[in-house]
Amino acid sequence: MSSVAVKKGLGASVWEYLTTVDHKKIAHLYLGTGGFFFLLGGIEALFIRIQLMKPNNNFVSEQLFNEIMTMHGTTMIFLAAMPILFAFMNAVVPIQIGARDVAFPFLNALGFWLFFFGGVFLNLSWFLGGAPDAGWTSYASLSLRSEGHGIDFYTLGLQISGFGTLISGINFLATIINMRAPGMSFMRMPLFTWTTFIASALILLAFPPLTIGVFLLMFDRLFGSNFFDVTMGGNTIIWEHFFWIFGHPEVYILVLPAFGIFSEIIPTFSRKRLFGYSSMVFATVLIGFLGFMVWAHHMFTTGLGNVANAIFAIATMAIAVPTGIKIFNWLLTMWGGSIKITVPMLYALGFIPSFVIGGVTGVMQAVAPLDYQLHDTYFIVAHFHYVIIGGVVFGILAATHFYWPKMFGTKLSEKMGYVTFTLFFIGFHCTFFIQHFLGLMGMPRRVATFLPGQGLELGNLISSIGAILMAVAVIILLFNVVITSIRNKKVGADPWEDGRTMEWAIASPPPFYNFKQTPLVRGLDTWWLEKMEGKKELTPAEPLGDIHMPNNSIIPFFISLGLFVAAFGAMYNPLNSVGDGKSWGLPVLIIGLGITFGSMLIRSLRDDFGYHIHKEDLLEDDKGGKVG
Amino acid sequence: MKFGRLSFLFLLLTLVLAGCGEPFLSTLKPAGEVAETQLTLLFISTSIMVLVILVVVIIYLIVLFRFRRKKGEENKIPKQVEGSHKLEIIWTVIPILLLLSLSVPTIAATFKLGDVKDMDKVDKDGNREALVVNVRANLYWWEFEYPDLGIITSQDLVVPTDEKVYFNLKASDVKHSFWVPAAGGKMDTNTDNENKFYLVFDKEKADEAGNLFYGKCAELCGPSHAYMDFKVKAVSRDEFNQWATAMQKNKEEVQPTSDLAKQGQEVFQANNCIACHAVTANDARPETARTAPNLADFGNRTRVAGILEYNEENLKAWIQNPEKFKPGNQMYKEANLSEEELDALAEYLMGLKVQE
Repeated sequence: MSSVAVKKGLGASVWEYLTTVDHKKIAHLYLGTGGFFFLLGGIEALFIRIQLMKPNNNFVSEQLFNEIMTMHGTTMIFLAAMPILFAFMNAVVPIQIGARDVAFPFLNALGFWLFFFGGVFLNLSWFLGGAPDAGWTSYASLSLRSEGHGIDFYTLGLQISGFGTLISGINFLATIINMRAPGMSFMRMPLFTWTTFIASALILLAFPPLTIGVFLLMFDRLFGSNFFDVTMGGNTIIWEHFFWIFGHPEVYILVLPAFGIFSEIIPTFSRKRLFGYSSMVFATVLIGFLGFMVWAHHMFTTGLGNVANAIFAIATMAIAVPTGIKIFNWLLTMWGGSIKITVPMLYALGFIPSFVIGGVTGVMQAVAPLDYQLHDTYFIVAHFHYVIIGGVVFGILAATHFYWPKMFGTKLSEKMGYVTFTLFFIGFHCTFFIQHFLGLMGMPRRVATFLPGQGLELGNLISSIGAILMAVAVIILLFNVVITSIRNKKVGADPWEDGRTMEWAIASPPPFYNFKQTPLVRGLDTWWLEKMEGKKELTPAEPLGDIHMPNNSIIPFFISLGLFVAAFGAMYNPLNSVGDGKSWGLPVLIIGLGITFGSMLIRSLRDDFGYHIHKEDLLEDDKGGKVG
Repeated sequence: MKFGRLSFLFLLLTLVLAGCGEPFLSTLKPAGEVAETQLTLLFISTSIMVLVILVVVIIYLIVLFRFRRKKGEENKIPKQVEGSHKLEIIWTVIPILLLLSLSVPTIAATFKLGDVKDMDKVDKDGNREALVVNVRANLYWWEFEYPDLGIITSQDLVVPTDEKVYFNLKASDVKHSFWVPAAGGKMDTNTDNENKFYLVFDKEKADEAGNLFYGKCAELCGPSHAYMDFKVKAVSRDEFNQWATAMQKNKEEVQPTSDLAKQGQEVFQANNCIACHAVTANDARPETARTAPNLADFGNRTRVAGILEYNEENLKAWIQNPEKFKPGNQMYKEANLSEEELDALAEYLMGLKVQE
C-alpha cells in the first residue's frame, strides 16, 4: 500500500513527510523544525548579549530589544525545547515499550502540524508589523497596552501550537498506558518512558490554564472584552495566576524528559543498571505532583500576603528533596560502574554540576523574603538558564548524539562532539555564572540597556563573551551534522555497544513497523538482560504474523492549515483593539475554520482501515528485500 | 564540627560578596534593616547550598577518577546494583532536615518584613506616628506623595534615616515594581490594588552612599523600562523636617527673579506645560489629573528625567527631544522650541527650589 521504498525523488519524499503518521518520521519533523527554531532563538539570544555588551549600547532600539527578548523566551520554550524533546519521545518511547507506533498515529501527525503552523504564525510577526514585546510571560496590563499586532501573534500562535502540544501529550499518555509489550509492567518501563509519561500528564493538566488565559487575552484584544482591564472591573493578577499555574509545571514538562534522557545515558555508559530505580520513579512522580503546588513563588512580590508567601516558600523548597534523590541516584549509578566517556556521557557529566547549581539557586529563591531582592533581576535570569540550559539543553544535546544513530542510522563525529561540548560548557558558565552577581549588584532583568557608572560593565562584557563561545559551539555541531550526513556511514543496531533498552535491539534506523514480532519483556533493561544471556535478538511474544499499519494522511496538515488561515482572519477582524480591522477579516476567519472543520468531517466520514504487511513480505525483508 | 564549617563558609562568603557592587545600588551592601535581613538569608541559604554542592562534587570527583573504564577492562561487566535503602533514606532525610532549618528563618522573615501593622498606629492626637509615602508608578516616572504632610514630589524620594518608612504602592497605567536594591527587596506596583511594605535607611550607610540611593523599576513596562530610575535622598530626621516644612510652605509658585527665568515661566505657561506638570508641592488635583512629574523642587533634582546628569544642557536636550532618551514616554516625541526658549525654560525650571 505505502509506496515502494526504492530511491525516492524529492517530491515523493516531501509528500511522504507531509502525510506521514509514522512516529519515527514525525520525530524527524520535530527535530528539524525544533532545531530550526532553536537556531532562531539562539540568534535572538546573541542579539540580546551584543546589545548588553556595553552600557548605553545602540545595537538595537529599546522596542526591538523587547521584541527580541520576548521572542527569544517564547521561541526557546514553546518552539525549540518542547518540540525537540517531542522528537526524542517520538523516536524512542514507542520502541522502548515494544510498540509498533503510538496509540493515535493520526493525532501524532496532527500534533506536529499544529505546532508547526503555530510556530510559523508566531514568527511571521517579524514581517507583519512587529513581534510580541511584553515578555514571554505577557503580563496583562502591559500586553493589553502593547501597540501593533505583536501580542495577537502571541495569543493566536500559542493557541494553535498549544493544541498540538496538548494532543501530543494525550497521545503519549494513551500510548504508554495501552501499548506496552507483554511483560512491560509499569515498574519495568525505562526511565525515559516514565518521564515522558509524567511530563505528558503535566501537559494534560498545565496547558488548559494557559489556553484559557491566552484565550481571554485574545478576546480582550481582538473582540473588546474586558477580562484583564482594571478600569472595566477586570483583574490583571488573574493573568499572573493563569500563566504561572501553567508556567511552573512547564519547567518540569521540559526538565523531566531531560532527566529521563540522562537516566538512559548514565547507566548505558557506566554499564550498570540505574541505582534506585523505584525511588527514581517515585521522585519523578513527586516532582510532577509538587510542580503544581508552587506556582505562586513566581509572584512573591505581587503582594499575595505573608501567609501565601510562607506556604509557597515551603512547598517550593520541598521540590528540592526528590530532585536531590535523583542527583544522588545518578552519582551512585556511576559509582562502581565502568564509565566510558563518550559525547552523550560528557553532557551527562556536565549536566550534574550545572543543574545542581541551578537547583540550589532555586531553593535560595524559594526563601520568599530573599526573593524580594532576587526576583526580576539577573539572578533569576542566571538561575533559569542554569536549569534550562544546564538541564534541558544539555539533555537535548546529549540525546542528539545518543539517539542520532537510532534516528538516522549514522553516528555524529565524536571528535567534533568533544569540541562542541567543551566550547558550549565553558561558554555557558561564562555567560551565566556572572549574572548571579549582576543581579545581586542591582541589575533588573529585561532591561534594553544599562547606564554606566553602576558597576555593571565588566560582568555584562564577560557574559557576552560567553554567549559567543556558545554560538561557535552550535555552529560546530551543525557542521558535524552536515559532515555526518554526507559521509553517511551506517551503523548497526547497538552502536554504543552497551545499550540496555529495547530500541537498541532493532536496526538503526528501525524498519517502519519497528518489531517484526512484538517482544516479550522479561525485566527492566530488557535488551541488556537478553544480551547477558548471549542472545542476539529479543524474545518474541507472538508468532510471526500480518502487521496492521495505519495509512498516511494529508488531513492533519489541512486541519492545522485551516487554523493558521483563521488566525489571520481573527487578527484583522473589524473589532480588533489595534483598529486596523479589514473587511476581509471575518470571511477569512470563517474560511479558515471551514477548512479545519471540513477536514475533520472528511476524516470522520471516510472509513480508513489502514493496511496489512503480510507475513511473507516480512520474511522477504529478512533476506534483504524491502517491505515498502 | 558541622556548625564550625558552616560559620567558616559564612565568613568566606561575606568576604567574597562584600566586594561586590556599589554602595548605592548593590543588595550586597545593605543600607538598612530590611536589606540586612535579606542579605543574612542570602548567606544562610548560600552556606547550606554550598555544603550540598561540596558533597555532590566530592562524590562526583571520586566517581570520575575511580570508576573510569581502564585499558584491559573493555569486557568487564560491573555488578548490577539495584539500590540501597539505607543510602536512599539518608539522602532523603538529610535534605529534609536542611530545608527545615532553612524554612524557620524564611517564615520568620516573611512575617517580619511583611508586618505593616504600625503603619496605622496613631498618637493621642490622632496623628499617624510613622512616615507613610504613597508611591505611584507611571510609564517611566515615579510620584511620591506624603499624605500626612500634604506634599507631593516626583523622581527624587526624600526619606529620613534610622526609622521605618512605610510605602503604599500602586501603578496608574501598567504594572511596575518598586525597588531600592541597597535598602531592601522590591514590591510590585499593581494596577489592581495597593501593596504595602516598609524600608529602613541607616544614617551611616547613607553617608557611605553619598546620601543617594538608586531606585529601579523591576517589572518590564515597555521600551523605556530600563530608564525608569528614581533616586532616594536619605537624610537625617532634622534635615527631612526642614525639607518637608519648606515643601509645605510651597503653596504658591516660587516666582522667578531673573528676566530669563521670567521668560521661561512664560514659555512654560504658553506651551501649556502647566496642564500636566504642577509647580507647587501641594498639588490638590486628583491623581488621575496628575499625569506628569511634579516640578515643585525641580531645582534640587539629582537627575534630569531620572537618568541624565543634572545640568542645563541635558535638561534642554530632554525638553526638546524626550523620545530620544525615553522612547514611549507620555510627554511628547519632540518639541519645536527655539534655542532662546529652551535657555529660558531651563533657567526657570532650575530655579524652582523650595529651599537652598
